[in-house]
Amino acid sequence: MSMSDNSLRLVWVYPDLLSTYGDQGNALVVERRARQRGLQVERYDVRSDQPVPTSGDIYLIGGGEDRPQRLAAERLRRDGGLQRAVGNGAIVFSVCAGYQIIGNEFINDLGQREPGLGLLDVVSTRGEGERCVGDVLADLDPQLGLPPLTGFENHQGVTHIGPSARPLAHVKIGRGNGTGDGTEGAYNGTVFGTYMHGPVLARNPLIADLLLKLALDVNALPPTDDRWYEALRAERINAAQQPA
Amino acid sequence: MSGNTDPLSPRAKLAVTAGKAAAAVSRAAGRGSGSVIGGKVALRLDPELLGRLATHLDVVLVSATNGKTTTTRLIAEALRASGPVVSNALGANMPAGITSALAGGSDAKYGVIEVDEKYLAGVARDVDPKAIALLNLSRDQLDRAAETRMLAEKWREGLAGSKAVVIANADDPLVVWAASSSPNVVWVAAGQEWKDDAWSCPSCGGVMQRPGDDWFCGECGFRRPAPSWVLSGDHVLDPHGSAWPIHLQLPGRANKANATSSAAVAAVFGVPPQVALERMYQVQAVAGRYDVVQFQGRDLRLLLAKNPAGWLETFSLIDPPPTPVILSVNARGADGTDTSWLWDVDYTRLAGHPIFVLGDRKLDLAVRLEVAGLDFRVCESVDEAVQLAPPGRIETIANYTAFQDLRRRVGN
Repeated sequence: MSMSDNSLRLVWVYPDLLSTYGDQGNALVVERRARQRGLQVERYDVRSDQPVPTSGDIYLIGGGEDRPQRLAAERLRRDGGLQRAVGNGAIVFSVCAGYQIIGNEFINDLGQREPGLGLLDVVSTRGEGERCVGDVLADLDPQLGLPPLTGFENHQGVTHIGPSARPLAHVKIGRGNGTGDGTEGAYNGTVFGTYMHGPVLARNPLIADLLLKLALDVNALPPTDDRWYEALRAERINAAQQPA
Repeated sequence: MSGNTDPLSPRAKLAVTAGKAAAAVSRAAGRGSGSVIGGKVALRLDPELLGRLATHLDVVLVSATNGKTTTTRLIAEALRASGPVVSNALGANMPAGITSALAGGSDAKYGVIEVDEKYLAGVARDVDPKAIALLNLSRDQLDRAAETRMLAEKWREGLAGSKAVVIANADDPLVVWAASSSPNVVWVAAGQEWKDDAWSCPSCGGVMQRPGDDWFCGECGFRRPAPSWVLSGDHVLDPHGSAWPIHLQLPGRANKANATSSAAVAAVFGVPPQVALERMYQVQAVAGRYDVVQFQGRDLRLLLAKNPAGWLETFSLIDPPPTPVILSVNARGADGTDTSWLWDVDYTRLAGHPIFVLGDRKLDLAVRLEVAGLDFRVCESVDEAVQLAPPGRIETIANYTAFQDLRRRVGN
């Protein structure tokens, strides 16, 4: 998992349960951008009746419906592979239902508190109001040094961030974590969570590059031709700012 | 079904008349066919009008994520062999549109009604159908539709008390789950290319096993029922084991599946498969879909694909490379405003085709195709795309409002 051995192991966790909102796109974008940098990508799509490999470099977890979310949490807790991988220093990027699962706790489809994997210091509850649906514009944590976050949110969750994680971003438009303080997503250095679909890495390719840099332990990557991403970003950022 | 020759009360008649007047005003104002506004006015005056209009009809309801409008049309053609049919042929498939369509068919013997997935249980309660055809269920309009599994549950609850014969696709686990609450099911092996909404068992949550065309849950034993009707290549196999050739003008595997389900429905109404299938040949285009139009001296085939399952079936019917392909995607209200579904579509299937991209969300498509490693051109209009396209018939694939835009522009 360095630039020198030229290979990247990308694990897409439980597409049979958590692949409802086009979040497969996150895997496709990471894979594409890695290949553009000359890396060989081995992608593993791990179904929920298979063990999660512990030797992956980047793990992606998508969004899903309420019952599959509970099933995924039960099976991931039992399996233990993802937890061991994070212990080995792997990078995790999770979206929506997946974001809630990697936290400490969330509310399941039965309305009960369900333990998460404890990989990110967040606790999720269910929001009281309307579902948050629409384009989002947010400033990423300044420590990341990245341009604004654009995404599409569609959730009813509320996620509170604990002391050992930081907000991934602060929303200018949209609801994000739904806590009323403007935070969106969370991260702790190697484990990331967000409510953004879009899919989020297609709208924010430099976050995909950040994951690659962390996995490869490098400070920079060769440039890519990002003109279509740039055009899409400009359009969606503009659209988010238009009154609904 | 009641033998009453004049089932409509004075109140219902007034409601029908008021609805027609409102529709005429809407048409005159240039705001579409007026069928929905007419139905809304009529239902407000008589909330039970839908049920009343259906009492003298033998009704079949058709619901699915994909293929509703086409299958409704195929069934209507088949049943016309046996009597006059009233149908919401233009795809206005919510209660107001259905009411309006039925109000226009007082002489009909059969009602062939397309129903939006979310309204199926309610409409089935109102009209007491003789048959219900369930074709498939998959992800669609992520930002506003009920989750796919919840829809299957709603169907299941709604069908549990129905006396209708349910004609259901044995190859779609979500449809099987929904239909198996019903006491009277005719299973049809109609196929379903898209599998990604049914990897976890709708009954117990276990992981589905899918060897070949079969499927079963490894944990609870929920499994594919034995079908009595089967789509086999270009033939329909009926319950007696006879094979009937499918001759359609409509292209693609999905339409053969629709024809198979339609033949099974026709049999419930006493129309034999041979007669039903012969009549289906008449259907050439459905609300503009599959139509080939001339535009700027070129032939364009117009194909509608609204969601990942629909795009997958569409890719399998287009002409091979180097046939040029125009893709158009919008994300207006009727399309769903979330374009994430583009990433569930395997666009690498278009490798080798010259690709031209347009629509409100052409930039989402551009990034999607770039990540798929495909060459493409982004265009401002269909005119520009057609001018740039190399020779040959052009396949044009668009989602819902993009398709309407396209039809308006190319004069279809």
